Amino acid sequence: MKIFWLIGEKFLKLSEELGCAYKMFMQILHTFLTGKYDKENTTYQMVLIGVKSIPVILLTSAFTGMVLALQTAYSTRNIFNEPIYIGSVVGFSIVKELGPVLTAVVLAGRVGAAIASELGTMKVTEQIDALYTLGTNPIRYLAVPRFISMVIMVPILTIFADIVGIIGGFFVSVYKLGIAPVVYQNDILDYMRTEDLFHGLIKSVFFALIIVTTACYKGFTCEGGAEGVGRSTTQTVVISMVMILVSDYFLTALLVMFGVG
Amino acid sequence: MIKIVNIHKSFCENVVFKGVDLEIKDGETITIIGGSGCGKSVLIKHIVGLLKPDSGEIYVDNEEITKLDEDKLFEVQKKFGFLFQSAALFDSLNVKENVAFGLRNLKIMSEHDISEKVKECLSRIGLEGIENMKPSELSGGMKKRVALARAIATGPKYIFYDEPTTGIDPIMADVINDLIIHLQKTLAVTSIVVTHDMTSAYKISNHIAMLYDGKIIGEGTPSEFKKTENMYIKQFTTGSSVGPIKMKVR
Ligand SMILES: Nc1ncnc2c1ncn2[C@@H]1O[C@H](COP(=O)(O)OP(=O)(O)O)[C@@H](O)[C@H]1O
Ligand SMILES: [Mg+2]
Repeated sequence: MKIFWLIGEKFLKLSEELGCAYKMFMQILHTFLTGKYDKENTTYQMVLIGVKSIPVILLTSAFTGMVLALQTAYSTRNIFNEPIYIGSVVGFSIVKELGPVLTAVVLAGRVGAAIASELGTMKVTEQIDALYTLGTNPIRYLAVPRFISMVIMVPILTIFADIVGIIGGFFVSVYKLGIAPVVYQNDILDYMRTEDLFHGLIKSVFFALIIVTTACYKGFTCEGGAEGVGRSTTQTVVISMVMILVSDYFLTALLVMFGVG
Repeated sequence: MIKIVNIHKSFCENVVFKGVDLEIKDGETITIIGGSGCGKSVLIKHIVGLLKPDSGEIYVDNEEITKLDEDKLFEVQKKFGFLFQSAALFDSLNVKENVAFGLRNLKIMSEHDISEKVKECLSRIGLEGIENMKPSELSGGMKKRVALARAIATGPKYIFYDEPTTGIDPIMADVINDLIIHLQKTLAVTSIVVTHDMTSAYKISNHIAMLYDGKIIGEGTPSEFKKTENMYIKQFTTGSSVGPIKMKVR
């Protein structure tokens, strides 16, 4: 009996938190749409979030493309006695799945954690309250610039990841597996359509929303000193990663249903 | 004039206020005393609109503020300067940008005038020439004073001090006390100080109120407080572990 109580209580708490996070999301969106946000801060955040994430995104996606080519070659060699369709497999996997998902997961760790800990520290040291008393709305000054930067930068970084992943696969195919460059190229261009690219990019926008909403919510509601900041940061990373991977399935199903990719 | 009428407030099961009434007259320095965790910070955060009461009213110059929308509340907040317990300087900005923050938001001054104003505020608190330092380079007492400069920069009518002398050495604490009195005299503001430091309370205030168990249990002048017969106030002001106030010792 007690178990049901506990589960019920947890469930209630979870739905309450989801409600609060949704409310914050709507607040951010509303502030963004009315255009009353800090432009200077937005540019700064774009650089911080976007430009500084490029190296890690390029590194991870290059190696992902490379290992995909390798794995595909081994598998197809087992079945067909020769490595075929490597370009198609690498292209589709990267552009529709791994590019957006890996970029989002890396950014959840890099940027989500940074946002949550920065805002959380500002919350527990009363800096957020101080903003209010000095006539600045923290949503406008802190949340919306990060929101905009994420929504713009995550898809752009995803495109970078796509390109570099495919190039990584190209190098392995050509120099390690001895496949003619034109074959790899045709494997990609013959089968892939622009919808496939959009499929990945639309998902990446959703992932950006997940990361930035979770991080801002956890930051703004942070309590309990340094320990609380640590907790909020960890929760942000775990929750956004899980939500990215779970929502990826449903988004894919939905997009395919509407004929996008 | 600020008037608080029958404020009730709870955080989940934690009942903080059970009907607080308080009147703050223009030009006075009122000190609200009370034990740690009794809700002193929560009370002044209610007055400036950072927290909303569950029930009750708060009047600032005869305007009820608990139900105002955000834009109207920002108008009222221009009358307030707030010194936070932890100073709450923005650590990504330098001292000048911190002090200028509220002024820039008002958008009524040129960049040159803002620089002059920042200089003036820093000299008022006795710290000149530190405009380009970052908060992380300042000592605890300096942080509090810079935060004070930030609070007075926009020329508020009411200044709130949340435990201005807590956590700094006794001499710096007295410097801060002198500053509060000095600002009071030169700027003719109304000061609302929250503290559990009785030396400071007696030195700076002309009106003291004690918060205990979610209510104001007594108010008066410092001399009235010194010879009070109220057992609760007496125990607190003399700092004794013997008396009706029981601290939870675990
Ligand atoms: N934002 C908040 N959420 C939940 N509880 C709070 C919040 N702020 C303060 N409290 C609680 O209210 C009580 C009074 O806190 P506070 O006003 O900070 O005490 P103090 O008199 O030491 O300043 C404490 O029990 C504290 O835990
Ligand atoms: Mg306090």
